[in-house]
Amino acid sequence: MAKPASNLSRQLESVGNWVDRRLPVSDFWKAHISEYYAPKNFNIMYFFGSLALLTLVNQIVTGIFLTMQYKPSAAEAFASVEYIMRDVEWGWLIRYMHSTGASFFFIVVYLHMFRGLMYGSYKKPRELVWILGVFIYLVLMAEAFMGYVLPWGQMSYWGAQVIISLFGAIPYIGDALVEWIRGDFFVSDATLNRFFALHVIALPLALLLLVVLHLAALHEVGSNNPDGIDIKKNKDEQGRPLDGIPFHPYYTVKDIFGVGVFLTLFAFMIFYAPTGGGLMLEKDNFIPADPLVTPEHIVPVWYFTPYYAILQAVPDKLLGVLLMGAAIAVLFLLPWLDRSKVRSIRYKGLASKILLVVFAIAFFRLGMLGLGTGTAAEVFEARIWTFVYFAFFGLMPFITKYEKTRPVPERVTK
Amino acid sequence: MSEKESLASLDPAPNKGRRMLLLAGTGAVGAVGAGFAAWPFFASWKPSAKARVIGAPVEAFIGELQPGQLMKTVWRGQTIGIMRRNERMLDDLPELNGQLRDPQSENTPDQQPEYAQNIHRSIKPEILVLNLHCTHLGCVPEFLPEVGAQPFEENWKGGFFCPCHKSKFDLAGRVYQGVPAPTNLIVPPYRFVDDDTVIIGQDPEGAA
Repeated sequence: MAKPASNLSRQLESVGNWVDRRLPVSDFWKAHISEYYAPKNFNIMYFFGSLALLTLVNQIVTGIFLTMQYKPSAAEAFASVEYIMRDVEWGWLIRYMHSTGASFFFIVVYLHMFRGLMYGSYKKPRELVWILGVFIYLVLMAEAFMGYVLPWGQMSYWGAQVIISLFGAIPYIGDALVEWIRGDFFVSDATLNRFFALHVIALPLALLLLVVLHLAALHEVGSNNPDGIDIKKNKDEQGRPLDGIPFHPYYTVKDIFGVGVFLTLFAFMIFYAPTGGGLMLEKDNFIPADPLVTPEHIVPVWYFTPYYAILQAVPDKLLGVLLMGAAIAVLFLLPWLDRSKVRSIRYKGLASKILLVVFAIAFFRLGMLGLGTGTAAEVFEARIWTFVYFAFFGLMPFITKYEKTRPVPERVTK
Repeated sequence: MSEKESLASLDPAPNKGRRMLLLAGTGAVGAVGAGFAAWPFFASWKPSAKARVIGAPVEAFIGELQPGQLMKTVWRGQTIGIMRRNERMLDDLPELNGQLRDPQSENTPDQQPEYAQNIHRSIKPEILVLNLHCTHLGCVPEFLPEVGAQPFEENWKGGFFCPCHKSKFDLAGRVYQGVPAPTNLIVPPYRFVDDDTVIIGQDPEGAA
């Protein structure tokens, strides 16, 4: 390709060739970056995939530096976090980048998932991309939950108590299972220590593996787009999709712009509202864990509250846990619940559009209700939205099968 | 070449049945071995010897406990309440039966030892020993012994109210109907050494 202009570049090329004969670096670069053709009509919703990767890297890098100062023991954990915040040079920044980063990770992931819902990115042939994504979401929830336990504040402690005891609802083995998870007869040092191990090594490894698989599956079938059009149908003589552009440099540059905007917002939160007004770091978590005093109002961090509201909406413990689990598990079925001929919401019927908007409102409202104190009115409203949440999935097969869709154009639109 | 083709290119197996037997046998032995190898890792998550020792029974002195008063102690990291109920409180218990889920503790024999399976859920009627963690999600309910209207209940006869999810229990730890907690509060095993001393975590002599 490039003419050898000088001795130096000739030498560099020969080094490159030497490596390539032993490790297919340039093939990999071509297949996944410089000659990976992505649809040219990506819109703002398509920033969140690369931003999720950025937030993951942020969590890993800041997390590694936090483990250098943090002490995973019930006696020392709380004080070591305060030590990081007050005495370690720039420790406050690294800690806030990590704690606020967790919330931003979920914001990005929720928007990324909503993008998938909007444009039917879970539909054939991307079922596995979606399913691997749901697994990532599950691991991420476990990762976030255990991470929240580590500062060993009141909300860490009692949140752990509540979440672990959910397993106690399982008939017969429930109590033994709870004891096994805690490693003690109550949430204790043993629990904290194992959660630390899971949080810093086991789950991140699983997460990285799943992200690799998610991307491998995506690059095998190709990216979807806001029109839900298969761009591989129209190719030029060289077999390149007419509606596709190489990921690099086009989308790398676009994504860098997205990164700039994202980091601006992220920095603003870190510097001016690192606790998110009690949403990202709850007030009670600035009190050391005390097994004998329950905080008056136990609420999970905001990204779990929609499911917490579903749990609270059910008066029966086992049924509540099952329904909460079902609210997440139903996501796995999505590729087969949508029976529409078209992928994108742009060409679906009015019913699908209304359903999607109502679903988004339900998820948002459940999230708000999950933050509440659980008054009768709140529980009543949570029941309505829980019903709506499941109705979205329950009605989908019928509506998508029978509603009239608009014709999908041959080529992508602006 | 796929694995199947490469296998087919070899000479046909002289004895297919024998090959299957060897495959199944190796697989089964390997699976059992993997199971044994996994056990230490699985078992390492169980409460350690140290945790079990710390989980030993605890003694509480109740000689100075006044009628209507609740004291708290800790056994196995759980908040244990010991309360001396007065006559009025004991008399109110049967009256509440209609509002409770399991007034006689019949449906959930695991929530209390046999010797506390009665209306006052205790060995001695006036002394109540209770694991104070809510049977819903483990919070510690507030102790509200006074009779009188409460924001959550007009005819409150005194009892425990969980701030987490609004579960209500009476002064025997019996759960009200229509609250998230599924069962009565747990009565731990306990025995009296004498009138003033209770040991929590041990059954009375002779009891199972």
